[in-house]
Amino acid sequence: MILLKSLEALHHMLIGKEISSVELTRTYLNHITVADPSVKAFLSVTADTALAQAADADRKIANGEKLGPLEGIPMAMKDNMCTSGIATTCGSKILKNFVPPYDATVTERLQAAGAVLAGKVNMDEFAMGSSTENSGYHPTANPWDLERVPGGSSGGSAACVAAREVPFALGSDTGGSIRQPAAFCGVVGLKPTYGLVSRYGLVAFASSLDQIGPLTTSVRDNAMVLNAIAGHDPKDSTSVPYATPDYTQFLENNVKGLKIGVPDEYFAAGLDPRVADVIKRAIKTFEDLGAIVESCSLPHTEYAMPAYYIIAPAECSSNLARYDGVRYGYRAETEDMITMFKRTREEGFGQEVKRRIMLGTYALSSGYYDAYYLKAQKVRTLIKQDFDNAFNQYDILLSPTTPTTAYTMGEKSDPLAMYMGDVYTIPVNLAGLPGISIPAGFIDGLPVGMQLISKHFGEGTLYRAAYTFEQNTTYHQEIPALVKEVC
Amino acid sequence: MKLSRVEVEHVALLARLQLSEGEVELYTEQLNSILGYAEMLQKLDTDQVPPTAHAVQLYNVLREDEVKPSMSQEKVLQNAPDQEDGFFRVPRIV
Repeated sequence: MILLKSLEALHHMLIGKEISSVELTRTYLNHITVADPSVKAFLSVTADTALAQAADADRKIANGEKLGPLEGIPMAMKDNMCTSGIATTCGSKILKNFVPPYDATVTERLQAAGAVLAGKVNMDEFAMGSSTENSGYHPTANPWDLERVPGGSSGGSAACVAAREVPFALGSDTGGSIRQPAAFCGVVGLKPTYGLVSRYGLVAFASSLDQIGPLTTSVRDNAMVLNAIAGHDPKDSTSVPYATPDYTQFLENNVKGLKIGVPDEYFAAGLDPRVADVIKRAIKTFEDLGAIVESCSLPHTEYAMPAYYIIAPAECSSNLARYDGVRYGYRAETEDMITMFKRTREEGFGQEVKRRIMLGTYALSSGYYDAYYLKAQKVRTLIKQDFDNAFNQYDILLSPTTPTTAYTMGEKSDPLAMYMGDVYTIPVNLAGLPGISIPAGFIDGLPVGMQLISKHFGEGTLYRAAYTFEQNTTYHQEIPALVKEVC
Repeated sequence: MKLSRVEVEHVALLARLQLSEGEVELYTEQLNSILGYAEMLQKLDTDQVPPTAHAVQLYNVLREDEVKPSMSQEKVLQNAPDQEDGFFRVPRIV
């Protein structure tokens, strides 16, 4: 069944002329029309431009030209990445009619790689949220159970890949927004090292934490997508001039001698004991495969959440000051300027975004800067040092991605309760480290994600460990019922 | 530290947000709850700890100051809610 093929298999089918890119793209577009009325992952489907891109790939095949590994293969992008001439809403009403006049660097790179954009996918407004219920348009459902959330904020990206509506998608991760939905939807999601993937053209939320990464159904696919998007970009001043390797070279089925630390603090109160059991079994698998696993400590872990919920809103309040109704986006028509600003923002932003703007504005305001923002940035240093110490001893750290499996829609109405779901992913962003979530088991038919963390630019080690686990387990082969029905 | 309604209204003005009565009440309660949670940061002694500005070491990027092509005026104005003669048009300020 075509929808279950890996990127590599699709590539070989294309160059072997077993299928054309147009046929492949039509197959996925058809599946979107079947699956998406229930999953609701897409905000826009770009069928016409997709088929035109696919036809370009087919011309290259017909001419006997060399085809790149992603060329002619459909994909989706989170709707906070600018796509020239294609609406980019960031899940917000304030950008409802915004059509970017330029491409994000990741868009340019995927286009250069010949990947076919099938559409833009849903997210929590401005990437603020962990369930995709905070979208300004509609919630997205979890393909494993349509009553449940897909996670967030890259819920559309994770859900569309889990539902096999596209073979891969890009998401963005500020506090867990790739890894948490990947865990809830049973797919592979990587948050790269801060600075590895350009943020140029990514609508900013918290600039010191935001990072773009791939969501896929396998580790190899993930490495192939990272190959296409990673690398220095002069247009992003925080992009790191790092010579990126071919990440597929790390896909070795071998963890013998790999030193894995398991932080005690990630198994504390709040963790569903059934999730803990799944992760303990995964640890056993790694041990059986020859890895050296030890428990370790990241003593400042409990301070990561409060530090994050000062730093991220502070940066957001500054970044979102640009939505004033003057240059782009929604404008409330009024007689005077100040009222225009206030009403534009009141009417254009949703509740969670306003709550974080308020929180951040307060934390940065005169008299409170030292007590909140500066303090949080100092605590961030302590959290980073915890990781530095751990990586003196271990190649990777292993934890659950989330404390629970996917919850039902509407279940987390209190903002703090929702924030707590990101307790294992947030420290990784504060330290700028790479983290990956991979399928590690199921509880009552719902996927459980395992998080692996490495030091800066340790993506290769993550892929090696993730690949080895994947090759020795079968969780990634499970598919949601709604996909089984059409296969 | 407890945030009052008046302070919440002041922050809303700084953030240029027009809040309804209900929102002022809701945010006063929720901000207090979140800031109350953040109070735990004060337990840590950070006097000798430098703040983190960048998670990954950054270096200054220098280049020649050369004129390069930028976005056209037409494209810049393409999403403007209102425009006139190549400018963004806004309500009267003075």
